[in-house]
Amino acid sequence: MKNYRYLILRRLTQITLLVLYIGANAWGWKMLRGNLSTSSILGVIPLSDPYAVLQIAVTGASLGMDILLGALIVTLFYGVLGGRAFCSWVCPINMITDSAAWLRRKLKFSEVQKRFYMSRSLRYWILGLSLILSAVMGVAAFELISPISMAHRGLIFGMGMGGGALVVIFLFDLLVHENGWCGYVCPLGATYSLIGKFSLIRVFHDAEKCTDCRSCITICPEKEVLHMINRSSESVLMGECTNCGRCVDVCQEDALGFSIRSQLKQPKDEE
Amino acid sequence: MSTKTPNDRRRFLLSIARGIGLSAMGALVWSAYVGEVKAAPLVLRPPGALDEAEFIKNCIKCGLCVEACPYDTLILARPGDNLPIGTPFFNPRSVPCYMCTDIPCVPVCPSGALSESSVTSYVKSKAVLDINRSRMGLAVVDESSCIAMWGIQCDACYRACPLLGEAITIEMSKNERTGKHAFLKPVVHANVCTGCGMCEHACVTEIAAIHILPRALAMGKVGDHYIKGWDKADEKRLEGASIEVTKTKLSEKSAVDSLNDTGGL
Repeated sequence: MKNYRYLILRRLTQITLLVLYIGANAWGWKMLRGNLSTSSILGVIPLSDPYAVLQIAVTGASLGMDILLGALIVTLFYGVLGGRAFCSWVCPINMITDSAAWLRRKLKFSEVQKRFYMSRSLRYWILGLSLILSAVMGVAAFELISPISMAHRGLIFGMGMGGGALVVIFLFDLLVHENGWCGYVCPLGATYSLIGKFSLIRVFHDAEKCTDCRSCITICPEKEVLHMINRSSESVLMGECTNCGRCVDVCQEDALGFSIRSQLKQPKDEE
Repeated sequence: MSTKTPNDRRRFLLSIARGIGLSAMGALVWSAYVGEVKAAPLVLRPPGALDEAEFIKNCIKCGLCVEACPYDTLILARPGDNLPIGTPFFNPRSVPCYMCTDIPCVPVCPSGALSESSVTSYVKSKAVLDINRSRMGLAVVDESSCIAMWGIQCDACYRACPLLGEAITIEMSKNERTGKHAFLKPVVHANVCTGCGMCEHACVTEIAAIHILPRALAMGKVGDHYIKGWDKADEKRLEGASIEVTKTKLSEKSAVDSLNDTGGL
């Protein structure tokens, strides 16, 4: 079970949140109403998607107090504590892309498929483009095509044709590019990467214990962030790390674990 | 940088050109799609909604208004509904707005897309929510399919209207075809009608002969050239009127000058 500790915790978090949201609409629960764009906890504390609020802000809309406060609360939470944890602990798309990545590993696609070049920074370009388009078109541009909100709204309020977007993401990640959506395209993930860049909760790597088995790198959806594996003992500092904890789960040598951010580098003695 | 060969420079320029090209392509496809989906002139919004253009800017698509609605009137547009995805709307023929006096859908709106002030009245200088001030749409009667216009007594819409006798009145006139019966025709008053859609819901014809249209679509605008001279309030409109005089070749000079000028004739 140790190998799946964080995976199980994440699935529990994701599903609990979904059940709370669905219960709010179906049975009138008060705990967590709304959806990932904006919710309200017990009808008092607002939570808002900072990226959606940013898009609305650049259209020139007069922002409501609740969504400003909500975006501030969410930004502070991930900015100070969680890092990019939204992507792996909350986002419903994570279950789809994780299962695509799992199937890809089982079918050994990455071994036979010739990689085509896609830049990890593509998502930041899409993020910029979405803000320009929102300003020009007078409507939050990514919110109209976002498969994340489409999926989440669909599960709570009725799916319509929204399932199509989820199939597209699954097939894209399975057949076109490994971790394609979350690791390259999604501008919401890009936003949380920027917000969570300086957060406190980080994975720490202890190079002394590392046996260089590379299982962490195989399973990591953002492989670049693990550049220090078997080289130096330090925290995973890149904002793209989603704090999913899969590397911690799979490491048999206890060379990886969650800790509070540490800037110190302790180069491994090379002899 | 002196080590850069012309090949490096070419590669650098090419990568910039590719970036610009891809961004331009993405922007065009994306904006074309966004332009299509946000153009939905026939959509009916919840009470207190801002003008459609402003509403669509402000709404964050959280669905809190939908969850607050006790009658399941409000729906969030799903992919495939051909409406701006995720925004709330209602279809009065299936479920109309039942005009709750506490308007639960409006105060929960976190973004200000549903404006509380637009559905607030002042009673003894105290602010109270007033659903009768909402303007979700306007009822429009299709005279060719309304059976009251045929001479059959109906008044279903008149009876269903929550502002009975104010938003819809019955106009009586003689039925010349029979010579001894009356027409009891429904007439909608745009200054009172909230667009709740209870009339459309109640209409007895196969496809409703009275239906709610967005006010921007159902209503015209007189402009500054005509006023109701007998109405003090309407005369006020002229205060903000634009002073724009149309000039043609004949009206360039004053009328007298134009008549005295023989040169042009």
